[in-house]
Amino acid sequence: MELQVDKLCVARGGLAVLKDVSFTVKSGQALVLRGPNGIGKTTLLRTLAGLQPALSGRVSLEAEDMVYAAHVDGIKTTLTVKENLVFWAQIFGTKTIDQAINAFSLSDLIDKPAGMLSAGQKRRLGLARLMVTGRPVWILDEPTVSLDLTAVVMFGDVIQTHLEGGGLAIMATHIDLGLKNAMSLELGGYKAVSALQDDFDEAFL
Amino acid sequence: MIALLNRDLRLAMRAGGGFGLGLSFFLIVVVLIPFGVGPETSLLGRIAPGVLWVAALLACLLSLDRMFALDFEDGSLDLLVTSPLPLEGIITVKAIAHWLTTGLPLVAAAPVFALLMSLPANGYFALVLSLLIGTPALSVIGAFGAALTVGIKRGGLLLSLLVLPLYVPTLIFGAEVARRGAESQPYTSPLLLLAGISFAALALLPFASAAVLRVNLR
Repeated sequence: MELQVDKLCVARGGLAVLKDVSFTVKSGQALVLRGPNGIGKTTLLRTLAGLQPALSGRVSLEAEDMVYAAHVDGIKTTLTVKENLVFWAQIFGTKTIDQAINAFSLSDLIDKPAGMLSAGQKRRLGLARLMVTGRPVWILDEPTVSLDLTAVVMFGDVIQTHLEGGGLAIMATHIDLGLKNAMSLELGGYKAVSALQDDFDEAFL
Repeated sequence: MIALLNRDLRLAMRAGGGFGLGLSFFLIVVVLIPFGVGPETSLLGRIAPGVLWVAALLACLLSLDRMFALDFEDGSLDLLVTSPLPLEGIITVKAIAHWLTTGLPLVAAAPVFALLMSLPANGYFALVLSLLIGTPALSVIGAFGAALTVGIKRGGLLLSLLVLPLYVPTLIFGAEVARRGAESQPYTSPLLLLAGISFAALALLPFASAAVLRVNLR
């Protein structure tokens, strides 16, 4: 499996933020996006995940191969940890959540309502969701926010295992996860010159 | 799909889920109306079908803004959109969950509340039937409004303004069925029109809602 991104041009609120972004990520590789705040890392990741259309350019894989993890974890606070994970497992049609529970050592918290968890524990639950989706391409937006050092190592191991199993990962992060096969892409050079789009109507949608 | 329905129902039942919100609003309106218009049973009986329908409609409106806004705020809407479920299906399931937690309790409670409004005895069947057929349309149309206003903070007012005109046909035919039932007149034709509105809304609006939701999530 190989993800090719060719001359991708992405926009936020109708304004192009990045243009002509091209890269290739193969099975077992991770790509780390770097760049200052506001450069468009999240916009690029959301475009790859299929949440918004690209202005131009081509992505070789369908959005059906990807799973997206954003700043917010999509956790329902009144459901328990287990109910949260089982729900996503059912949605994605996968069987087991045990692996995800063990990998993020959530087994002690399994019957607690997610609203009782600390920020870091919620984050671990949010990342555990990636494992129950069974999709090969992980798109991660600042995955390590509010994780402690042990949890970061734990998460690094999970990604490493995912990559060794033939998966791919594209992430925006500022800290080093200690991945073996990680490339990094500096987005600063792809900044689009601010120009209003031709499609005037779009601005009102 | 079933998993999503289960989750939404479970969320609605848990603390702060909003189950019973519509029902208690319905109860409050129906209890207060006799105080407002006086205890004359013949007058109450005459306005009962209309009042019950308006109250049911407003009760439905009350919980609409939660339909997508909660999922949007905690990020699960993004995750649902990128999941294998088709967006149209997600919206239909959410509208069904809304109906099961808001519309269906109203239908079940309507005979009791009609008693408070001294509805004539032969009007009960028509009232319950009209609510049973009409309230799904309220949930589906409401889902469209909720999808339109999903990104807007405190979008409840805008949502009401957008949705109320769309609710008018349902209200007209629903209340007409209930009124004719109470007056022992035949009510087949308004009932058929009401059913037509419900089925058309259920068949067409999920596609419109999915389209606006996609635009709103960009």
